[in-house]
Amino acid sequence: MAAIIELTGISKAFPGVRALDHVDFGVEPGETHALMGENGAGKSTLIKVMTGALQADGGTIRLAGKEIRPESPGAARAAGIGAVYQEVNLIPTMSVTKNLTLGRLPRKFGLIDWGAARAIARAKLARLGVDIDVERPVGSYSVAIQQLIAIARALEDDARVLVLDEPTASLDANETERLFEIVRDLKARGLGIVFISHFIDQVYRIADRITVLRNGRRVGVGTTEEIPSLKLVSLMIGRDLEHIEHQRPLMDTVASSKPILTAKGVGRRRLLEPFDLELHPGEVVGLAGLLGSGRTETAKLVFGAIRHDSGEIRIDGHHIASPTPKHSLNAGVTFCPEDRKSEGIVAELSVRENIILALQSRRGWLRLLPRREQDRLTSEMIAALNIATPDADKPVGQLSGGNQQKVLLARSLVSNPRLLILDEPTRGIDVGAHAEIVTLIRELAAKGLALLVASSELDELLAVSHRIAVLRDRRMVGEISGAEATREHIIQTIAAS
Amino acid sequence: MSEKYLPLTVTIGVFCILFVAGGLLYPNFFSTLVIGNILGDNAFVIIAAIGTTFVIISGGIDLSVGSMIGFVGVVMANLDAAGWHPLVSAPMMILFGAGFGALVGVIIDFCEIQPFIITLAALFLLRGACFMINLDAVPIRHPFVLEFSDMGISLPGGGWLSSSAIVMLVALAVAIVIAHWTEFGSAVYAVGGDAPSAKLMGVPMRKTTIKIYALGGTYSALGGVVYAFYTSSGYPLAGTGNELQAIAAVVLGGTLLTGGVGFVAGTLFGGMILGLIATLINFNGSLNGAWIMIAGGLLLFIFIVMHRFLVGSFKFRTGS
Repeated sequence: MAAIIELTGISKAFPGVRALDHVDFGVEPGETHALMGENGAGKSTLIKVMTGALQADGGTIRLAGKEIRPESPGAARAAGIGAVYQEVNLIPTMSVTKNLTLGRLPRKFGLIDWGAARAIARAKLARLGVDIDVERPVGSYSVAIQQLIAIARALEDDARVLVLDEPTASLDANETERLFEIVRDLKARGLGIVFISHFIDQVYRIADRITVLRNGRRVGVGTTEEIPSLKLVSLMIGRDLEHIEHQRPLMDTVASSKPILTAKGVGRRRLLEPFDLELHPGEVVGLAGLLGSGRTETAKLVFGAIRHDSGEIRIDGHHIASPTPKHSLNAGVTFCPEDRKSEGIVAELSVRENIILALQSRRGWLRLLPRREQDRLTSEMIAALNIATPDADKPVGQLSGGNQQKVLLARSLVSNPRLLILDEPTRGIDVGAHAEIVTLIRELAAKGLALLVASSELDELLAVSHRIAVLRDRRMVGEISGAEATREHIIQTIAAS
Repeated sequence: MSEKYLPLTVTIGVFCILFVAGGLLYPNFFSTLVIGNILGDNAFVIIAAIGTTFVIISGGIDLSVGSMIGFVGVVMANLDAAGWHPLVSAPMMILFGAGFGALVGVIIDFCEIQPFIITLAALFLLRGACFMINLDAVPIRHPFVLEFSDMGISLPGGGWLSSSAIVMLVALAVAIVIAHWTEFGSAVYAVGGDAPSAKLMGVPMRKTTIKIYALGGTYSALGGVVYAFYTSSGYPLAGTGNELQAIAAVVLGGTLLTGGVGFVAGTLFGGMILGLIATLINFNGSLNGAWIMIAGGLLLFIFIVMHRFLVGSFKFRTGS
């Protein structure tokens, strides 16, 4: 079948980096084509070239056989190439109607015809099978609905290609399924879909073909049958992951020693039902559950970032009347938040400054950590965590997601914690860095640290945890350990009602 | 009801409560006379505040409003002394306001400077210019000014809608149309709601920013013209602090300082609430005038705190 969009020999160089090197990529009508690759493989550059946000240095783009050169996202959209990015690009405070029609508002006598605008908005949503109140602000809807609104906006009436960049990053299982139904429907209507995701299982559920990029070059293309997941991962990272996939941790209990932290009946009204939790040295406890089940809230309650209003927390057997982050830090409990951009790293500060931030604030700002000590700690951490940075003074914002996460981990580790709480430690990072962080968590536990890891990825939890606490609808519904800890059993626990 | 109408509803509710309270406390308060007077006396601030509403909805701020009112008055008084007809000098000053505002917008967009600091510079610049021209009040003697203040519509119940109030209501109607029935109006809300997204959605950022501040300048210059007619003079200190009153009126009117949410119509009620407080305290007679500011300040504080909680409902709930 003739491709609806065909990119041939696309090259793009940035100062010092060859982002794309003669890449070919084609999507057939009625096909979902997954574009896979690690961070920095060239996925986003290729998408940007395709959608007119960047201009290629060489190569051609053909849409339905005709060569095009989109000069802006608007021009690409007009030509029939719509794109939805991971960060939903809508105005949360404005109504759905305005968001869907902004820039092309229908007019009557020079003034906007809101009746017609609403009709356009409803029609755009109806194509996706969405029926919502178009007068309400976009921000009042769930992320899933916002995502659909963004797709509705991206799809012109005569759209032929739809690019979805990490569309499921903040969706839960049901929402993802709904999105996939819509994607299948659009596909059935002959659209070519480009799908980018770091959830490998989702790729196999939705995609027909896969193109794999590595270091700006196409390293593989084929149907999902031709590229099974192990091959896909090894193509993406260029090394064999098998030993990590199959290495399971020992699910023995380490409960013989005295617990570092005990939470008894800890909860907060309307946020989380009371739960019990014990953390022993050398033990990794996982927090599993769907999006919104209360994983992050559990982690924050334990850390003291959210105040509990029932129960008690004991650290080393001592009752902590009102835990605050400061108390917790002084007691050797540290926390790496989920949203590293807004709650974690300071993008403008250097790697070194980010790493010593917590340690310095614990000492007080009047007792500056000597520069020699700072350098020693930083280089130690860069070596220990294998942080890829040219030097310690590079602003953290310029590193890749995986390395930013490692810097955040390093910040926690330099203060010699005894209990480390990690919330989504591998969100938005590539497969290679993912494996490294999993290994790192195991090594830390082996050194006697206690870890509490909240994650949406079951396989990751299974790979690191001694025990897994399962949450559902803001309640801890079970604790699974030993031989019971299987993917199926956890899913059953989450699903049981 | 959509949550976006909530701040406006609260504003109108507060206005009604204050008005009914005044009616219960004082005889003769509950009348079109009081309403007409509040509209007339506060017309110039409300006009300026309408322009400020656009600026604040777009996520910016304009501190040059008060100086613009003073500057327009002083220039008009001097042109009057030179024999100009006010109907010639007034449109000219309004054009000046638009041009000056556009220049501010250009600088904000082109140099990526915080609106706060550049409009603060504009505040000093215009106020300084006032003193360069005159140190004292200059009367405007043209007979048209008298005729203007005699014009108006009598309201049922003995009230009087002055020409200032009529100009204000017309300006408000125009502003409502601009805000809700033009592409530019939608762009203002989009820029204030989320500027990076607005850019990606194809909103012309530079054009919109320039237009917003030009509109702000136009309305504050119109406020200055109305004030000059209202006082029949130009005074270099006129309008001092009015930029803050305008911001207060906008915020009391339910516009969120974070941008993206608000209604021009709310600003009318916000301005009238401030006028109503002053009237109530004047009716009392025994209360110190300082209470006008204290009551206004307290109300503003309550509104800001309320908005803080409302903003949460508009927040984007993305995970990453």
